[in-house]
Amino acid sequence: MNLDGGVPRPFVRPMRGWWRRDPFFVRYMLRELTAVAVLAYAVVLAVGVVRLSQGEVAWNGWLAALRAPWSIVLHVLILAAMAVHAWSWFQIMPKTLPMIFVGGRRLAGATITRAGWLATALTSIALFALARWWQS
Amino acid sequence: MPEPKNIEICVLRYHPEHDPEPAWRSYQVPCTDDMSVLQGLQHIKDEIDGTLGFRWSCRMAICGSCGMMVNGKPRLSCQTFLRDLQPGPVRIEALAHLPIERDLIVDVGEFVNKLEAIKPYLIPREPRTLAEGEYLQTPAQLERFEQYTSCINCMLCYAACPEYGLNRDFIGPGVIALLHRYNADSRDGGQAQRQPILNAEEGVWSCMAVGYCSEVCPKQVDPANAVNQNKAVSARDYFLRFLAPKGAAP
Amino acid sequence: MKRSNAPLFWLPFGAGGMLAALTGTMLVFITGIAVPLGWTLRAELMSYPHVLALAQHGWARGLLLAVIALFAWHAVHRIFHSLHDLGIHSGATAKLVCYGGAFALTVITAASLWSIAH
Repeated sequence: MNLDGGVPRPFVRPMRGWWRRDPFFVRYMLRELTAVAVLAYAVVLAVGVVRLSQGEVAWNGWLAALRAPWSIVLHVLILAAMAVHAWSWFQIMPKTLPMIFVGGRRLAGATITRAGWLATALTSIALFALARWWQS
Repeated sequence: MPEPKNIEICVLRYHPEHDPEPAWRSYQVPCTDDMSVLQGLQHIKDEIDGTLGFRWSCRMAICGSCGMMVNGKPRLSCQTFLRDLQPGPVRIEALAHLPIERDLIVDVGEFVNKLEAIKPYLIPREPRTLAEGEYLQTPAQLERFEQYTSCINCMLCYAACPEYGLNRDFIGPGVIALLHRYNADSRDGGQAQRQPILNAEEGVWSCMAVGYCSEVCPKQVDPANAVNQNKAVSARDYFLRFLAPKGAAP
Repeated sequence: MKRSNAPLFWLPFGAGGMLAALTGTMLVFITGIAVPLGWTLRAELMSYPHVLALAQHGWARGLLLAVIALFAWHAVHRIFHSLHDLGIHSGATAKLVCYGGAFALTVITAASLWSIAH
């Protein structure tokens, strides 16, 4: 019996573990999980800025920590998460933009996504070129 | 004519007058190549167990009544064929996240209340007499809202939305898509009246852009797009209300 | 219905997400992998005088602060909502820890950058 004062009561199913129910939800949770890596990287950089403000010895200590094997492993993981973030950010982009019309035709979602990925590629190349130019 | 093969259909049954909670029951159903999941359920009701409850009407994916979870995915059962689910078993459950009234029948009351609240009808921009003739619209103006008119209120998007499952006060993808359908219509002037609903926590801000609603929509309405483009509209309304108190958003 | 203050949190979330999507991957590669390993880039890129000059340069300093602050705001916003997704409704406490943390990181970074410049 599931009656509420004689009236049949609708049954509400529990949500526990909902994100394991569909591969789509697992991918969504992975996308959200990238935030942990983004936060970790912000903290790493912030520590770097603080050490920089404390002088050369402190800064060199931070650089030495970056060279430690665990740091390299951590940054490889952060790198992978950042790539997932960039990929998923532009994948959902068409949903977040209003309809865009170019020459009377509606811009396809796939075009917006690819434009975003292209922008990431170009920005990355530009940043790397800037680093190469600035190191010398 | 080939002999029909049997397929096992498991249904999550719930009769509140004697069940404390839903439970799975299994049925063997003769299955031909042209049978939909809905026809499989009709076979169970007609030949095996007449107490099975489910909604259906048109059998051609336009009435929006027969939505249910088929093997864990929100589907219209009239549009899903048993031949594609061989060798089975096929697991059928009421639409996820919605309260089950009985067997595969969900409570649509909350949905209907929300739908009424968004004023899902044209609120003319300016009064217009019959003598002034019809409204004219360019193809571009039509395209801005046409896809959202395709919604058949089947609620598959609600079954696809975990944020709705976690908080049923969320207006949800389908109703926001219909809200946007009227806001985006060049003949409509009701945006200022609908904007408070979008601006609320239960409006667009409960959406986490999972995007599954648009995947499962049988009519390519793309409700995720309707919800998420209104985040920018709502944010603009939030910041510009001080400059233009009456309906800052266009 | 009550107006939500979500836009205040959502705008920096979006800005940080966009910045991270465009620059995050390469920045991590440069500062966390290439320079420490001396692989494709030289260690001098991040030597003390080099980076000090960067931090003292007007708009470079602004960019550095923007990267750290917006990355943090983007991340805590997502983490806060993921807690809700996982059924952890710690409400005001979680909100304070998440956004307060990002705010603290922003203030610490800004203060350090200010002290470097002066």
